[in-house]
Amino acid sequence: MSFSAIFVQLLNGLASASSLFLVAAGLSLIFGVTRIVNFAHGSLYMLGTYTAYSLVQWFGGGIPGFWSGVLLSGVIVGLFGALVERLLLRRLYHAPELLQLLATFALVLIISDFTLWAWGPEDLLGPRAPGLAGAISIAGRRFPEYDLFLILLGPLVLGLLWLLLTRTRWGTLVRAATEDREMAGALGVNQAWLFTSVFALGSFLAGLGGAIQIPREPAVLTMDLSILSDVFVVVVVGGMGSIPGAFLAAVIIGVLKAMCIGIGNVHAFGIDFSFSKLTLVVEFIVMAVVLVIRPWGLFGRSQGAPRAASTEPPLNLPSPALQKLLLAGLIMLALLPLASDRYTLVLMTDILVFALFAVSLHFIMGPAGMHSFGHAAYFGLGAYAAALLFKHVLPMELALALAPFAAGLGALLFGWFCVRLSGVYLAMLTLAFAQIAWSVVYQWDSFTGGSNGMVGVWPAQWLASKTTFYYLALVLCAGGTMVLWRILYSPFGYGLRAGRDSPLRADAIGIDVRRQQWLGFALAGTFAGLAGAVYAFSKGSISPDALSIPRSVDGLVMVLMGGIQTLTGAVAGAAVFTWLQDSISRQTEFWRALLGGIILFLVLVFPQGIAGFIRERWEARSGRSEA
Amino acid sequence: MTVLRVSDLCKSYGGVQAVCNVSFSLDAGEILALIGPNGAGKTTCFNLLNGQIAADSGSAEFEGRSLIGMQPREIWRLGVGRTFQITATFGSMSVRENVQTALLNFHGKLTSIVTLAGRLYVDEAMALLERVGIAAQAERPCGVLAYGDLKRVELAIALANHPHLLLMDEPTAGMAPTERVALMQLTAELARASSIAVLFTEHDMDVVFAHADRILVLNHGTLIAEGKPAEVRANRQVQEVYLGSGSVYGAAHGAEHA
Amino acid sequence: MLELKGVNSAYGRAHILFDLSLSANRGEVVVLLGRNGAGKSTTLKTLIGLVRPLSGEISFGGRRIEQLEAYQIARLGLGYVPEERRIFTDLSVMENLEVGRQSPRTGAPQWTPEKLFGLFPNLAAMRTRRGAHMSGGEQQMLTIARTLMGNPSAILLDEPSEGLAPVIVEQMANTILELKQEGLCVLLSEQNLHFANLVADRAYIIEKGHIRYQGTMTELAANEQIRATYLSI
Repeated sequence: MSFSAIFVQLLNGLASASSLFLVAAGLSLIFGVTRIVNFAHGSLYMLGTYTAYSLVQWFGGGIPGFWSGVLLSGVIVGLFGALVERLLLRRLYHAPELLQLLATFALVLIISDFTLWAWGPEDLLGPRAPGLAGAISIAGRRFPEYDLFLILLGPLVLGLLWLLLTRTRWGTLVRAATEDREMAGALGVNQAWLFTSVFALGSFLAGLGGAIQIPREPAVLTMDLSILSDVFVVVVVGGMGSIPGAFLAAVIIGVLKAMCIGIGNVHAFGIDFSFSKLTLVVEFIVMAVVLVIRPWGLFGRSQGAPRAASTEPPLNLPSPALQKLLLAGLIMLALLPLASDRYTLVLMTDILVFALFAVSLHFIMGPAGMHSFGHAAYFGLGAYAAALLFKHVLPMELALALAPFAAGLGALLFGWFCVRLSGVYLAMLTLAFAQIAWSVVYQWDSFTGGSNGMVGVWPAQWLASKTTFYYLALVLCAGGTMVLWRILYSPFGYGLRAGRDSPLRADAIGIDVRRQQWLGFALAGTFAGLAGAVYAFSKGSISPDALSIPRSVDGLVMVLMGGIQTLTGAVAGAAVFTWLQDSISRQTEFWRALLGGIILFLVLVFPQGIAGFIRERWEARSGRSEA
Repeated sequence: MTVLRVSDLCKSYGGVQAVCNVSFSLDAGEILALIGPNGAGKTTCFNLLNGQIAADSGSAEFEGRSLIGMQPREIWRLGVGRTFQITATFGSMSVRENVQTALLNFHGKLTSIVTLAGRLYVDEAMALLERVGIAAQAERPCGVLAYGDLKRVELAIALANHPHLLLMDEPTAGMAPTERVALMQLTAELARASSIAVLFTEHDMDVVFAHADRILVLNHGTLIAEGKPAEVRANRQVQEVYLGSGSVYGAAHGAEHA
Repeated sequence: MLELKGVNSAYGRAHILFDLSLSANRGEVVVLLGRNGAGKSTTLKTLIGLVRPLSGEISFGGRRIEQLEAYQIARLGLGYVPEERRIFTDLSVMENLEVGRQSPRTGAPQWTPEKLFGLFPNLAAMRTRRGAHMSGGEQQMLTIARTLMGNPSAILLDEPSEGLAPVIVEQMANTILELKQEGLCVLLSEQNLHFANLVADRAYIIEKGHIRYQGTMTELAANEQIRATYLSI
């Protein structure tokens, strides 16, 4: 590869870094002030692109039409963001952080279906930018003028944001509220107004970041989640809340990605290596490396311990009444095949699988206090390990037995990095690892079947009937759930909770919190792997969807919907979510939006989750609530 | 018998000497107070001893073993207990379970996934709670306890590894005057009964003058005075940088403790 | 100037204040005494709107404020200095003051950074220093200065002497007396009776969310029995 080619790739990278930076800066601002990890930020970006496409068409070509269309798209998305903040998020500022996350994810679903409804499923490519449609010659190569404009736009926006934040009263107030919003309020700062304005600005930047892409990339329906993971990485690498950090990280990642595409296939030391395949994971590798060296990102600062002490409720052994209830439930599950059809049995098998998946996620999120956004990695590793072992060497029974340990090993490896972090950073790193695992599976056609996945992963003859397989799933999944719950009451479980309740105190009484968390992470991964292995054989096939980001988010939704503060919540959440998804997706094409609406409803009405709500009722009735 | 011997301990942050050439020793059963203005280096000094931060130079030996470079949990293993300025207990556990968790780790049981933790070391935990006088509250969740009682829970937790040295960072901060006196009274009794050496920082001079056997005064990272309460109180420099005129603590009836 | 009538407050499900009534006047320093958890902090937080009362009336300068948000109450001229000195550690001294700045109001002393540096000479030398690099005593001074930038006519101080060296506590006492001279109404919570004696005109003793005693500091000093029962001194 020649020098001039490298140089042009560098410029390409810088051009895409600008859009990435705009979106990331918006996310970072919003997170800094409101402490909300806005999952819907990618959706705002997508809205920006589609809106700009329509506006530019509507205004007709020409310089004024194009540029006013692009700018107006940013403004419209900004106003939309302000509206969302006022109507929805404002009601959730006092809710636990994770519920806010759930609400923004519901928005992702709704906006995604809205876009499908409004613009249809086809990819839409906008016109070239009038006035900048040409190309100029750089180092002997043609380089689009529009990309040069983008390269300048990034630093310009960075400068403006910097001035805004450090030289205006509004900026000072934003920085104060970022640190301690309650105190700022007690000094006369109207937080509600400040939050709305920050949300509007952040959304404007996301919308503008999307709008300026129309001459370069087509508007597609999957761009919300694909930009979201990129932007998460940029914000985390730069340091949550740091605008210059986001810029630097966007440049690093934009350039590295472009370079990987530019270098392409390399033949060295007798090995063929495809750098272009690295593009999907290179940013996550950067993130993993940065976070291990600097746990708060390049320019970030330690977020410190939360001000309030842990408010987790006590974890008591299940009361005799609850034990009886659980036993009755198990008996009913065991009798179910006597009275149900094939369809119900398949659905119930799914519910059992996802219940174990959700319980294993709850195990690390609740009692261990590690919020994972990438738990599907271990579900998928288990599923793929089962399929691969079965296809290549082993009988089904052995493949099923060994697959969880493969997932456990994966969790042991990824977990080693993850437990070095905490809070949002830990969550983002788990997401990064899941995305790496997904990319490997997705691209390794010869081994994993790539995007097509693997078929013919059928259970052994004696398990072939839906009823026998249901019993197998019942034994493994209910058994796995019981084992995980039981461990929480063991000394190991106490050590985990100690590390969550007060890392400072745990350390002072000699507990190696990291090791405890690491083992807990691996354990949870193993059981998620078991769920994945059962899943693979129940479906007879497996695809990369099993370890994709939406699958990880499904797990989060199940745990939060059920109520993170109760053990049984994950099971209830998994059952309701799986059933809802199944029944809604048969009713309407826009099932995602409907699901999002239901999630929003649950978040607003039952912030404590389904099981939490039932427990509160129960306690109120039996008068056991402690004043 | 000397339990802790600190010599020429130094630590600087970005060119500023937070702790500079601090030396002192502490005997078994002795209660030593570390006082000084805010920002004088007391907390740094404390964190150097408990392993939270690493010293630039100097030595700190606990029963003949160097503490420098050790992790907090390794220092705990040697027999050093700690309490914090703001209480840090396990909120999702009962008072008894808090102490049990410390005992589980003391007995090396934290990787066990078989037994029910709530049934282990119950008697030992209850005995510790008995010693600090809150056995009656053993089954209550820590979250609902009064602040003074939480401080006692911390003390019970800190005693779980049979420490020879207790490091207490502002043990009476945020407590009412009566609770302060009672807590330090209890600490002093425990220290004398089990020959535990106690090093504590404190801003309440009523507590310091009533319970400390000896006092160290830090200012700008260096020791400016050391001695019996009466000597320190009479020290001109200490009055100037720290004690003031004595109008905001019980100076009037201080003589009875001196 | 500041009055609570029959106020009840709760944190979540825990009921903290029971039918609490108290008042403080212009140019007066009133102290709330009581042990930790008695409800002193909650009283101040209820006044400034960080805790919404379940019932009762709160008025400030003749206006009912119990339904207002914290920022609205602050903009009426009620200043609040929290315990644990919650200054903005990322911001410089000047920026911290800027956050607290409000327009001048009639009937209240008017403050500028320069005037405040006269009151807190230590701060004058560190205008551009970040809050994170200040000592505890300096931070405590900054929280008060920051609140004064709002030109309040009354201020609430939550345990201003806690965790400070005795010399600094003495400075703090002088500062409070100067504010009183300026005509401010000061309501503070304290556990240090020595400090209260130096600054306060009147005292309320609060225990388990109930007012158990009220009187002037001289009356309190004379009442051996009350001091023995509630303050154990």
